[in-house]
Amino acid sequence: MAKVIVVTSGKGGVGKTTTSASFSSGLALRGNRTVVIDFDVGLRNLDLIMGCERRVVYDIINVINGEVLLKQALIKDKNCDNLYILPASQTRDKDALNLEGVGRILDELKESFDFIVCDSPAGIESGAFTAMYFADEALVVTNPEVSSVRDSDRILGILAAKSKRAVEGLEPVKEHLLVTRYDPKRVNAGEMLSVTDIQEILRIPLLGVIPESESVLQASNAGNPAIHLEKSDVADAYKDVVRRFMGEELPMRFMTEKAGFFKRLLGGA
Amino acid sequence: MQSEFFKIMTTEEPAFKIKTGNLPVLKLHLHTTDMLQLQKELALRLEKTPDFFADTPVLLDLSAIAGLHAIPDFSGLTSFMLKHRMCAAGIVGGSEDQRDAAAKTGLVQFLSTGVAPKKTFESTPPLAESPVAKQIELPGFGQESPVVELRPTLVIDKPVRTGQRIYAEGANLVVMGVVNAGAELIADGDIHVYAPMRGRAIAGAQGNESARIFVQGMEAELLSIAGCFKVLENEMSENVWAKPAQIRLEGSRLLIEPMLK
Repeated sequence: MAKVIVVTSGKGGVGKTTTSASFSSGLALRGNRTVVIDFDVGLRNLDLIMGCERRVVYDIINVINGEVLLKQALIKDKNCDNLYILPASQTRDKDALNLEGVGRILDELKESFDFIVCDSPAGIESGAFTAMYFADEALVVTNPEVSSVRDSDRILGILAAKSKRAVEGLEPVKEHLLVTRYDPKRVNAGEMLSVTDIQEILRIPLLGVIPESESVLQASNAGNPAIHLEKSDVADAYKDVVRRFMGEELPMRFMTEKAGFFKRLLGGA
Repeated sequence: MQSEFFKIMTTEEPAFKIKTGNLPVLKLHLHTTDMLQLQKELALRLEKTPDFFADTPVLLDLSAIAGLHAIPDFSGLTSFMLKHRMCAAGIVGGSEDQRDAAAKTGLVQFLSTGVAPKKTFESTPPLAESPVAKQIELPGFGQESPVVELRPTLVIDKPVRTGQRIYAEGANLVVMGVVNAGAELIADGDIHVYAPMRGRAIAGAQGNESARIFVQGMEAELLSIAGCFKVLENEMSENVWAKPAQIRLEGSRLLIEPMLK
């Protein structure tokens, strides 16, 4: 049975699209038939991060309006065989993204995919609501700062009250916490919230911690999801996230400060 | 079913919506059935502040005279009130005969707050009308049964998150999950939180001054009992912060006390 996973956060700029790109790539790399949908109508950028912006001809709004077939709008990923991208429209009004149309598209996608990853826009407006409405599971992307945690809390409240599963009284949406842009050094200095602080407030299971890294920006600019980076903490962290999501039990990594060269040389703690 | 739902979701705004609402309303408590006396005193009161009731709907609360056999002259009272620009909108409480008389003059019957509709009311008239029942009725004992039908306690076993508001109307509220900053708990009765309480708690929302708030981890932003509230910024003392605490009203002072001494 196909699963619909929403990547959401409330706050903008925390790493939803980066996560959607790497998470869906990771699922596909492990052999799952995966499709990732950009719900940020008007401000699309998933296709930029996936490096397929020049191949966007049709988008999700064209499909909803019945102008093209779903398979005409799906773009095959350049890195993974099992991954497809359904881009958002840059020119349309965001109200064109209606629940009925999205429900129809998801039902059609469920027939040929294992995982449907929905990249939510920021905020709690209709776009974000539409992205989360049909979700079976939710990846709540949170930065280690108070306002991001507060917004994630708000989103979790909406998921628990207004998602399709909540409205129809089905089993609630399964929630996963993903802490991104984590900098253990700044956490130790008291400048950022720790993972424990965040969990104390949000109280949902931790799926992973993605360390802060400059390589994410470079990868995004190059149109290459961070999970494909070589010898990178971020890529390893995203691979861990995917493995945990698939049910493997792995210890958390990247939560403590890296020992410096001299510290390692001298064998310090 | 599904398509109907979507149709409603996508069409324009409907012409009307039916919703419940809680509005403040003025109540005139009748303590006598002697309408002359009432009108005299009321006229005196209205002389001082003639505009106080101007064009506002007023409910007549009959609970204090429910034990009396006399039936107030409702039509006389309402026309007197209209002369003073008070509009009698309906009645609350009262004995069965009084309610019947009020209904005949076009006054609407409101249910007292927090009390579920009394279904037993319709099924008992034969007993109430029997002469035997009337004979043993003593003044003061004929009042409506003091056994108030309390609504069942509202129990929330999930976290209450930012932006969520929970209202236990006419009931107590028990929350088993964390209440985060920006969440709001409102109850007409008491509030219990068996987890960290970081949001707002408003107990005795309809004015019950004996309502209390009990929390396991006291980190609240705002506390209120019967409209007497306190915003808590940083002044909370060490002995209650993040600890079990009880909040109650003493006079008009809101006390926050550690639960274990």
